[in-house]
Amino acid sequence: MSVLVPTSLVDALQALAEHPDATVLAGGTDLMVELNGGHRRASSVVVVNRVPELCTWRHDPVSRTLRLGAGVTYAQIERDPIASLVPGLAEAARTVGSPQIRHAATIGGNVGTCSPAGDGLPVLSALNAEVELVSAEGVRSVPFSSFMVGPKRTLRGPGELISAITVPVVDGWQGYAKVGVRNAMVIATASAAVVADSRRGTVAIALGSVGPTILRCPEAEAHAMEHADFGERRLAPEVVSHCCELVRLASRPIDDHRSTAAYRRHAVGVLAGRLLRRAFPNE
Amino acid sequence: MIDTALSADVRAGRLGHSTLRPDGVAKVQGTFQFSGDLTADGVLWGATLRSPHPYARIVRIDVSGAWKITGVEAVITADDVPGVMTYGLIDQDQPVFASDVVRFVGEPVAAVAANHPDACRRALDAIVVEYEVLQPLTDPEKAVDGSFEAIHPLGNVFRQQRIVRGDQTIEGPIVVEGSYELGMQDQAFLGLEAALAVPDAGGAGVELHVATQWLHEDRKQIAACLGMADEQVRLVLGGVGGAFGAREDISLQVHTCLLALRTSRPVRMAYSRQESFLGHVHRHPCRITMRHHADHDGRLLRVEARFVFDGGAYASTSSAVLVNGITHAQGPYKCDNATVDGWAVRTNNLPCGAMRGFGVVQACFAHEAQMDKLAAAVGLDPLEVRLRNAMETGDRLITGQVVESVAPVARLIRELAAMPLPSEPVGGHDLNPMRLPGGAGRTADVGNVRRGIGWAVSIKNLMYSEGFDDYSTARVRLADGIATVKFATAEVGQGFVTLAGQIARSVLGVDEVVLDQIDTQVGSAGSTSASRQTWMSGGAVDGACRLVRERMFERVATLHGLDPLGLVIEGTEVVDTVSGLRLEVSEATAGIEFDETFEHHHRPTEDLDEFGQGNCHTAFAFAAHRAVVDVDPELGLVKVVEVATVQDIGRALNPLSITGQIEGGIAQGVGLAVMEEIIQLNGHVKNASFTDYLLPTFLDMPDVVIGLVEEPEPQAPLGAKGVGEPPTVSSTPAVVAAIRDAIGKDLTRVPVRPTDIVFG
Ligand SMILES: Cc1cc2nc3c(=O)[nH]c(=O)nc-3n(C[C@H](O)[C@H](O)[C@H](O)COP(=O)(O)OP(=O)(O)OC[C@H]3O[C@@H](n4cnc5c(N)ncnc54)[C@H](O)[C@@H]3O)c2cc1C
Repeated sequence: MSVLVPTSLVDALQALAEHPDATVLAGGTDLMVELNGGHRRASSVVVVNRVPELCTWRHDPVSRTLRLGAGVTYAQIERDPIASLVPGLAEAARTVGSPQIRHAATIGGNVGTCSPAGDGLPVLSALNAEVELVSAEGVRSVPFSSFMVGPKRTLRGPGELISAITVPVVDGWQGYAKVGVRNAMVIATASAAVVADSRRGTVAIALGSVGPTILRCPEAEAHAMEHADFGERRLAPEVVSHCCELVRLASRPIDDHRSTAAYRRHAVGVLAGRLLRRAFPNE
Repeated sequence: MIDTALSADVRAGRLGHSTLRPDGVAKVQGTFQFSGDLTADGVLWGATLRSPHPYARIVRIDVSGAWKITGVEAVITADDVPGVMTYGLIDQDQPVFASDVVRFVGEPVAAVAANHPDACRRALDAIVVEYEVLQPLTDPEKAVDGSFEAIHPLGNVFRQQRIVRGDQTIEGPIVVEGSYELGMQDQAFLGLEAALAVPDAGGAGVELHVATQWLHEDRKQIAACLGMADEQVRLVLGGVGGAFGAREDISLQVHTCLLALRTSRPVRMAYSRQESFLGHVHRHPCRITMRHHADHDGRLLRVEARFVFDGGAYASTSSAVLVNGITHAQGPYKCDNATVDGWAVRTNNLPCGAMRGFGVVQACFAHEAQMDKLAAAVGLDPLEVRLRNAMETGDRLITGQVVESVAPVARLIRELAAMPLPSEPVGGHDLNPMRLPGGAGRTADVGNVRRGIGWAVSIKNLMYSEGFDDYSTARVRLADGIATVKFATAEVGQGFVTLAGQIARSVLGVDEVVLDQIDTQVGSAGSTSASRQTWMSGGAVDGACRLVRERMFERVATLHGLDPLGLVIEGTEVVDTVSGLRLEVSEATAGIEFDETFEHHHRPTEDLDEFGQGNCHTAFAFAAHRAVVDVDPELGLVKVVEVATVQDIGRALNPLSITGQIEGGIAQGVGLAVMEEIIQLNGHVKNASFTDYLLPTFLDMPDVVIGLVEEPEPQAPLGAKGVGEPPTVSSTPAVVAAIRDAIGKDLTRVPVRPTDIVFG
């Protein structure tokens, strides 16, 4: 197995161009588990966590966007200054693994794996994040919602690197919650993110672990938006309940050894309801 | 809480003092050598090929492909076993390698040795095994009712045992009944199975370094399979990273020795986590129905119970686990009349055997749920109903055996009830969302949470039962004021290496104690299980030290013209209580060595008769637990806030060590209550990894408050009872009772799953 450790983006892209079947390694918290467990084999590995361009982030106050290099870790995201810019993603970051894992695990790796249980992903979906892909041929940008095409399946082509994730900096409340069978270090059995953009007057709801991809809930979002008072942060209880129902209908969970479809459908509704209540604390 | 008065005025390193583990710093710093770290010059790696099917006939095994892999030095199957083909702790029904039929997913079929783990993996991939897949027996009830063909020549029932005592016709004015179920818990020790076998020149014997619980029993089984005499097989304890019962049975021992003897080279084997889940026995899943008859005051009149233990594919200790379960059906309560039926059966599920609590965990989960039901039915407080029935020394068990042990059940309950409840409100004083149910998932707000309180009390037998003489041996040498202690007691984390030094220092008046290598070059110590080593090996070390002390006193008496009976040890001196003469132990032993060996035996026990009557157990220990939980009923998530416990320990020989046992035992009890379960679907294991077999994390572990009841046990050599198992036995039912209290539902199964809370 050859292991390449480029120290610049140019070198990284060249390495990938030369080894189009190479496996990219960032924090390794997904990849090493798969390699050690024999679920995946790698003929060559390109290590990207020493590429400075991937490990930086930039807040652009004019375009009101935050560009996170793929190599930014959850430990960085859960703290200021990033945390106040994307509190929902910070909240999701805090639910990931343990402190040790969060110091190694990157947002790019979460997007690279693209598991329906990836904790960063519902927030990225609810924020309409853009995934930036770069290769020797050039750069392209894909909305997260189309980037993820199935469980652990994405639009990333051979030789392409995830270079950054760009999200809007939103006024208003955003948050994330996940259900697992223990109080930490657990894979989500159901999760939800809510973003209430008070400037635009929009509500976004995204669900994790209850479908083959991260699911958005257009009906529930529309119903919430129609009735929400963003100034007063007010939402009537019956609107919240109805949104929960619509969220449950939007979910497409399965039975497996971690839980049942019935529980997941129930739980994701409860989560969405609670998040909406946190976004709109007044009845 | 723990630092009892005893330890305050006790000399450092002596009995009663919270002496630190001799291997503690090395373990924390990562320099301790666990058995997985062992290696030798020219070592080969061994690996095991396992069955992918729960039940199948082996049509053909073709190993020729494995030999073509570069680096492969040995490929072995059942054909290469020189001695007996099967092993087992009680019945030898488990094949070293399956040859005709595989009976569980993970059963070994072949093994290889090669110069690199990758070569091993490729060699295993290259072995062709043709299976005729059969329909597995996975429902233990089908083994009980005989509706499934025998899946083993010895049949599908390991043991059936009844207990019939007293008046079989008594019906209570109050009757409560319930059906209970426990899932399969794994011991989940952190140090995976590992061993290093070094063959003697010319294959005359083999030395095996292995993490195990009982060196001599391993040796007996290994030697039989190797076709060797016991003396040809020497075992040395490799560093053990936890055991909890899972290392009582043979796993990789025979395979490693066979490969080493075959290649005439040292061979190391080490399981992966997944392999470990398949490669050792687990806690028995169990279904229990119980009916309690009581009078209007809540006093027990009769207990009826039925137990079915799923032993999985091979016998292991299932028959003993069954007896432990059924003989503890009454719990720590007086009860004169009983009808209990129990089965331990064979299925194509993973084999089950010993795990901390050994059958009593199962019984306690059921009888404690029943005591709460009884309390509700007679309108009493759960503690009051337990106090009214509390067992005392001199009471008879449903086996007819008189409880001669100290039995401070009522005192445990009263002292537990007097402990203050946690002052922390839901979420803690500073409202940390991490402290709410759901923890780091941030699912709950305070308003979503309900608090509950639950109680449970237990009785647990100590040592082995039913006529088994599980003695222990120790050898002590004393010279120049230094004591050297040798024993074969497996140190699996329980702290006997600490205690042995404390005993020697206390009895002999020395400060320096050298612990010799733990191996089979001394008599058996019995197993590190059944909460028995403090009592049994502690008794052996104490006995050997006393013999040495006698010899030293005799010599001092002769030299100084004193009566040896007047001599005592004070600090590091021999003191004559008559003349006041004082002599340092180092002086008294200068240039001379005393060397004594002692075997400690507990008093004999008996088999049960066909009605389950007989003095089958040695001694008992008791514990009481109170759990406080916060539950999010809508999501079914639980945060165990606190577990308080009062435990009957006899005497605190090392308070810190006891705290460790109690906290660890509660962690395992909490795990069984709310998350730990090996999930099998039609014999296939779904979660053989720490991604999905969930153990409590720091956030799941409750605060633990400990009270110790020290009433020295007259039968025990040091007055101390074993403390390892009781914390696991009643902590699980206490947590489940607390969840029931919070949500008002009948939870009858552990682990309690979110779905049970939401939809149950
Ligand atoms: C103990 C433990 C607990 C965990 N807990 C959680 C949890 O609670 N929630 C959660 O969501 N996840 C969890 N994970 C999974 C993991 O930590 C996350 O998915 C993490 O974000 C992966 O990031 P990484 O940098 O480690 O990725 P890696 O493992 O390095 O890579 C993951 C995948 O993405 C690809 N990749 C990485 N970077 C790039 C890039 N720049 N361009 C293209 N492809 C790339 C890799 O090839 C690989 O396929 C846990 C993992 C462990 C071991």
